[in-house]
Formats: sequence, C-alpha cells, structure tokens
Amino acid sequence: MPEVDKADRRPAIEAKNVSKVFQGAAQDRVTALDAVSVTIRENEFFTLLGPSGCGKTTLLRLIAGFDFPTEGEILLYGEDIAPLPPHKRPVNTVFQSYALFPHMTVGQNIGFGLEMLGKSKAETAARVDQMLKLVQMQELKNRRTSQISGGQQQRVALARALAPHPKVLLLDEPLSALDYKLRKEMQIELKRLQHETGITFIFVTQDQEEALTMSDRIAVMSRGKILQIGSPREIYDRPAERFVANFIGETNFLEGDTVSTQADRAMVRLPGGATVDAGLPQGLKPSGKVTVVVRPEHADIVKAGQPATLAGALSNIVYFGTDTHFHVALDTGGEFIVRHQNSRGNESAFAVGEKVGIAFEPDAAQVLRD
Amino acid sequence: MANAGNFSVRRLTGFTTIAIICFLSLYTPILTLVIFSFNAGTSIAIWEGFSWRWYERAWANEQVQEAALRSLQIASFAAIVATTFATMAAIATTRTRPFRGLTAIYAFVNTPLMVPEIVTAIALLIFFASIKVATGYTGLGYLLAAHTAFCIPFAYLPIRARLESMDLTLETAAADLYATPWRAFTRVTLPLLWPGIIGGLMLAFVISLDDVVITELVKSAGQETLPTYMLGQFRRVVTPEMNAISAVFLGISILIVTLFFFLTRKRN
Amino acid sequence: MATAREIAEAAERRDIRQRWLLSAPALVVIFFAGIGPLAIMVVYSFLEKSGYGGVVWKFSTAGWESVFFQRDIFDDTLQFADAHLSIFWRSVKLSVITTFLTLIFGFPTAFFIATRPERTRDLWLFLITIPFWTNLLIRTFAIQEVIRNEGIANTVLIKLGIISQPIQMMFTDFAIMLGMTYVFLPLMVLPLYASLEKLDFRLVEAGYDLYANRFQVLRRIIIPLVKPGIIAGSILVFIPCLGAYVTPRVLGGGKNLMIGNLIELQFGQGRNWPLGAALSITLLIIVVAALLVYVRQASKSGQRHG
Repeated sequence: MPEVDKADRRPAIEAKNVSKVFQGAAQDRVTALDAVSVTIRENEFFTLLGPSGCGKTTLLRLIAGFDFPTEGEILLYGEDIAPLPPHKRPVNTVFQSYALFPHMTVGQNIGFGLEMLGKSKAETAARVDQMLKLVQMQELKNRRTSQISGGQQQRVALARALAPHPKVLLLDEPLSALDYKLRKEMQIELKRLQHETGITFIFVTQDQEEALTMSDRIAVMSRGKILQIGSPREIYDRPAERFVANFIGETNFLEGDTVSTQADRAMVRLPGGATVDAGLPQGLKPSGKVTVVVRPEHADIVKAGQPATLAGALSNIVYFGTDTHFHVALDTGGEFIVRHQNSRGNESAFAVGEKVGIAFEPDAAQVLRD
Repeated sequence: MANAGNFSVRRLTGFTTIAIICFLSLYTPILTLVIFSFNAGTSIAIWEGFSWRWYERAWANEQVQEAALRSLQIASFAAIVATTFATMAAIATTRTRPFRGLTAIYAFVNTPLMVPEIVTAIALLIFFASIKVATGYTGLGYLLAAHTAFCIPFAYLPIRARLESMDLTLETAAADLYATPWRAFTRVTLPLLWPGIIGGLMLAFVISLDDVVITELVKSAGQETLPTYMLGQFRRVVTPEMNAISAVFLGISILIVTLFFFLTRKRN
Repeated sequence: MATAREIAEAAERRDIRQRWLLSAPALVVIFFAGIGPLAIMVVYSFLEKSGYGGVVWKFSTAGWESVFFQRDIFDDTLQFADAHLSIFWRSVKLSVITTFLTLIFGFPTAFFIATRPERTRDLWLFLITIPFWTNLLIRTFAIQEVIRNEGIANTVLIKLGIISQPIQMMFTDFAIMLGMTYVFLPLMVLPLYASLEKLDFRLVEAGYDLYANRFQVLRRIIIPLVKPGIIAGSILVFIPCLGAYVTPRVLGGGKNLMIGNLIELQFGQGRNWPLGAALSITLLIIVVAALLVYVRQASKSGQRHG
C-alpha cells in the first residue's frame, strides 16, 4: 500500500494552528481559517476537499505567500516561511484560471520561472522542451496561449508550474473549467505527473469524486476547519462527522442507542430493536444516543420475513443505469435508501408498496462524532 | 423591415427618424465646413468651384504656422507628461485593498473634470499672474503646466479601466514564478497595460490640442495656439481660410480618435 | 523573530507608502496647476479691485456685493444688480432648455444605437463619439457658418424663394441654444446609451405581454429603468452649458452673454478681479450643488436597482 510507504516520509508542509481573518467592518470580518493544523508529507498527493468558502483556497494562498496568516505558522521542510515573499518560496501554483501570460508563447510561459531564477538560456530551453514532452505538447511550443484549447492551457499551466521543479506544487481547482471527459483524462494525467516528478502535490477541489480517485490523503474542510484527514477509503467508509458523511457520497443516517463499547467499536441498538456492530471515530467513547451512518451500497434489500436489520415498505424505485435505488419508508419512521448494482439477469423482483427488509453487510455501520 | 404583424419590441414610433435626423445634423455642419474649405471664391456659403487656394494660403500664413507649431509642442509635452503621471497614479489606485486616502486620491485626480473650465481658467489666471509678477517669468511653462494638469484625468481614465479589467492573478502568477515585484511589473503588467497607456496618451493629446478657454486666459502675449488664433479670427470677416485650417484640425482629431477606437476595440 | 502577521503588516505599510509616492506627481501637478489656485481665487474675491486690473491687498466685500447688488451712482443706495442677475437667469434658462433639447433628441438616438445589431452598434457609437472629441470651437464655427446671415441656411432659403431677407439668427439666444445643443448632444447620448445598452429587453416584452402599448412601455418601463442614464446625461450637459464660454462668445456676440463671458469680462475690459472671482465661485457652487443632486439621485437609484 503506497499510503503506508509514504507515512514514513518527512513532512514537506506543516501548518501549525493557522488562522486567517479577513479584516473589515465588524460584520464583514470573515474567519476563513480557524486554527488549522495539518502535516503534508513529502511526495504525497494531498487533497483539500470542501465546499466553496470552506477555507481550502485560503490555506493554499497562505502556503504560496499570496496572503499571510493572522495567527500560527507554516513550515516548509521545517523552516518558517513567513519572511519569504511569494517570489522567494520554492513553491509553485497551478491557478484555477490558469493565469497564462497572454502576451507570451507557450514556450515562454513555461520558461518564465526558470528565466526569473536566472537559469542560463540553454538550461531553460532544455527544461522547457522536457516539460513540453512531459505534458505531450511539443508541437505547440510557439503558439500564443490564446490560440490553444482549454485542456491544452491546463497542461501549459501545469508544465509552467512544474518547470522550476518546486518543492511543493499547489493546484487550485485546476480541473474545474474542463468538461467532464477532459477532467477524467486530466485526473489520470495529474496522477501520472505526480508519480513521475515525485513532487508533493497539494490539490484543492470541491469535487469529491476527484478527491477520492487521485489522492493519497484527503482533508475534508468546512467553515475554516479541517474536519477529518485520512485516506480516500477512510474518509468514505469511516466518516467521522455528519458533514463529511453528507459531503462525500450518499448516506443513510439512523438514530440509535449505545449498548456497549470496545476500543474502536460499539454495539448500537437501532430503531426497531436490531443491534449492529458499528465502527467508532478515533478516540470517541460514546454513551446514550448516537448517530449511525450506513452507505446505500453497504445494505441489501430482502423480501419480508427474511433475516434483516430494518423493516419497511418500498416507496420508490429509481433506475440509474449502473445501479438502482430502492427507497424504503421505515416502519419506525424516516427513509432508507439501498443501492443495488444492476447486472444482467437481476432485474428487480420488488414492487413499490411491497413490505421489505433491509440487511446490512458486515461492518456497514459507522458511528458519527456529533 | 417591420411588416404588419411583425412586431418588434426594439422599436418605438418615430425614434429611428429622430435618430437619423440627429446623425445628419451632427455631420452636416462639419461636412459643409469641410466642403467650403475647397471653395474657389471668398464666400463660405456660395460655391464657386473647387480650389486648393485656401489651404495654400493657410499653409503660407506665418501666424498659423507659428500657432500650429506651438499647439503641437504644448500637446506633445502635456500628453507625455500627463500620461506618465496618470499611469503611475492609476497603478497606485487600482487593484488594492482600500487604504486611507485611496478615494481621496481618486477624487482629486478627477476633480479637473468637475470644475467648469472657465473657473479653472480664472483661478489659473490669478495664480499665474502673481507668479509672473514675483518671478518675471513669462514663458510657455504656465501653459505647459496647465495643460498637463487638465490632461491627467483624461489619460488616467482609460489606463485605470485597462488595469481594472486586467487579471490580477497574472501578476500573482509571475510572483509565484520567482519574478521580483519590479520584474513582474516590466514583464507582465506593463506589456499588458500598453494599449491603455497609448489610449490615454492619444486622448490627452486631443484634449490639449482642442483647448480654448484655459489657453486663452492663461497665455502670455504672443503665445497663440491654433484654437486661440482661430477664436480671434472669428470676430472678423471669415474667409474659407478658416475652413481650411479647421478641416486639417478636424482631420487630425478624427485620425487620433479613430486610432483610439480601434485600439480599445481590439482588446475586447 | 517577527511573526508572519508583523511581516505582512510592515509589507502593507510599505505598499501604501509606495502608492502615495506613485500618485504624488499627478497630485502635485493638479494641485498647483488645476485645483489649488481655486483657493487663491477665494482670497481674491475678498480683496479690493485695482483700477488697472489685479487687486489691492485690502479686505473688502465689494466684489461679493456687486455679484448681487449695484450701488446707485447718484444716491449711493444698493439695488439688485439687474444686469448680473439677468445674465445668471439667462444662463440657467438656456442651460435648462439645452439640456431638455439634448434629451429629446438624444434619447431616441441612444435608443436607436442600443437596438442596432451588435456588430454595427460600435460603428454608430463611434459616429457619436467623433464630434465629442473634435474641437468644440470648430464645431461652433461650423454652426455659425450654417446660421449666419450670409450663411448656408439663409442662402438656401433665399435661393428657394421662401424668404427674401436673411433671417437674423446669429447673436440671439436661439443661436446660443442651437449651438450648445449641437456641441453637447454627444454628452447626453453616451450615458443614455450606456444605460439603454444594459436594458433587458425581456422586460419590454413582458410589458407588451401585459397589454401595454408602445407609449406606456416607454413611460412605465424603459424610462424608469434608464433613469440613472437620464440623470447622468442631464448633469453632463447642464454643467458645461452653465459654464459655457466659447459658444456664447462666438454665436451670442457681445450682447447675449452667459456667466462664463461675464466672468471673463471682469478680467478684461471690466478690470474687476474681485467681482470676477466672486462670480466664478458662485458658478462653482451652482455646479457642485448640481453634482451633489446627481450623486444623491445616483446612489438612490443604485440602491433601488442594485
């Protein structure tokens, strides 16, 4: 597993209790970051995921040096970078709008950083060619940036930021302007580039799917705070907070009572009487009422009378092509959605209105922190 | 175009007619003026055949030559200095978090636009008169200073507009790619700002060239510019020579404005 | 060691100082050769006039008094300065009428431009802009050539046998009004166009859909929506009209003065600098008042629509 391997690496970026307050009149004062601490390791593909306004871009701008933290410090390989203006930080950014210089060619754009660093013409030219090859754009070297497509601009922006070989590459929602198909391609491309260059990537996105497919680790952010950091699997299967569970994928929420707890597991009695063995977020010792989440694909729908965790009546069946959603009105109130993967020969044997049971897969339930 | 039953919400009865009348009446007097500059006779209303004589006469007129040269000198100086200062001020007052005094600078740079020209002219007349008494200097400096001052806001506006429409992340990107603030300015900001600067320069030049009121009241003896010379001539019997001078003057202004138009249009 | 915050605050202070330094040359030039002398003018308005032009450095309110009053030569009593007041009145009257005329002609013109297809719109706008940037003196001269006794208008009318004697148009209020309407029309059309261009024609469609006729659509929908443009255009025309100097001088002759000419007169034949300064300040106050009305109206309609 690459995650295990990378866990041993030294930290590239450490944010310690970083806060950012945007000044203004009392009612305009915005706390964009609220005492955020995070360690990003060398050669890691790290994603900051959250809705717009959650502070993820602010954190990126603080690392790049475009803004300064109100409190706290940011270390780059153990060194406080506060005194360094952006043009002295060995960190490069891929901007959301690409920010390609319209009065320069593709090659001049890519070579700009090297030129500013005072590299020789020959070295710059060689590196530009190498970068063009890396993003497969050799033949467009002398084009103006206005003469190339959005996807090509994206590649140029990447090549330009990678050319000076930064210690950390910051990517601010770089794929958001691309159409779906191109975005899929670029996701794979980015992953490949990160692997080939060995540079630490900090990737900002509000697209959960993008985060899950590309990242080594994800930090989910909301309202200036990091709610959970973990591998894509941990984030998806073991959401610790209601916000995380809601923001990533679809989820069923159930209220239950704690029966007993162990180190990282708890027995929870659900409405209707069934008891499930649920995972616990790190360090949580629940008692009394708890909220349990179950992903729709981690449950199965069964005929009434068969062994099941919950019981209800089928209220709606929605066909999605790859899978089908069964909406079940629980006997104890509330709704539960079960997702069933479609395949040849398993056309639904259920009808709307029918009494059904819901069976959980092993380890399907997870207790939330709230 | 609009047939019965082809109702257009973009039309209002009579508006097109009035608009066409407006365009015609804007250009008819100017065209008449230009046409009669080619009149062979001395009348500016009765056509007596085509001739270049009034152009030749204006060209040979030493007073006209001198005034035209002075106009060009003043306009070139004022436009260049005003545009330089306006560019600096525009860079200083755009794309920043509001700071104490920002609105004041902006308002002050634009005040010459609000004050009636005659009032500014009188104030300058009074001020410069006392300097003249105190120093004995009666040179062109007063006109140069006055023209520079009222040209600054005209140069400032297009440059500011250009700056505000420029993508700030481009300079952020330059800083991110190790450009010092000065190099980011010379390599990214300035090349992108050029159309705005050229536009400001041209507007300032035209404004200075056209000025009558301030020049008329501020000038010392023997400092006629082309407009003040013409103003003096209108009191007398007017021959098509004035038309010829006006036509050339119009040609220059229209040429510059046309260039400005295409320059600013290209960026959209 | 300095914290990130202290470093950033120092950088911001440096940045603001740089911005002031960059603005300084423009501010200094405008102060010394544009706005600053207005303060000296205020001082001069409270000094005594000198018979040879210029002033005597003695405090006096005579300049201000003679803006509104004149001293009777025989019994030394104060009377309203009819001559000045009538010139003020004429200036305001002519400016208001001119503003109204430019609105009447400018609105349909701006509407016409705004409803052209996008590709030709720029060209029409350009045609309005050209006169705006060409010499005001020359445009006034052009009008003069059309309306003078031996000018093209009279010549044509006589040739056609409509009149036998030339109509005296030069040196009348009509000439001034016509000239100002002609030279300031672009100042009305441009802001009107800016407003009309932003007009959402779906609202006009909605008006027609709800049974309004063309006039009702104009009065109830279009005009209220472009009111900021109407106010801006009116101010832009009214202010230079009020301070007009060239147009009344060329077209009005010696008799039909406006404030601008009256002011200039005090520094020429009149030799009454304090009065001229006081008149200038009066004009400036009227203009500033008009601007304030505009700013208030603009911010009001800004709030309503924004």
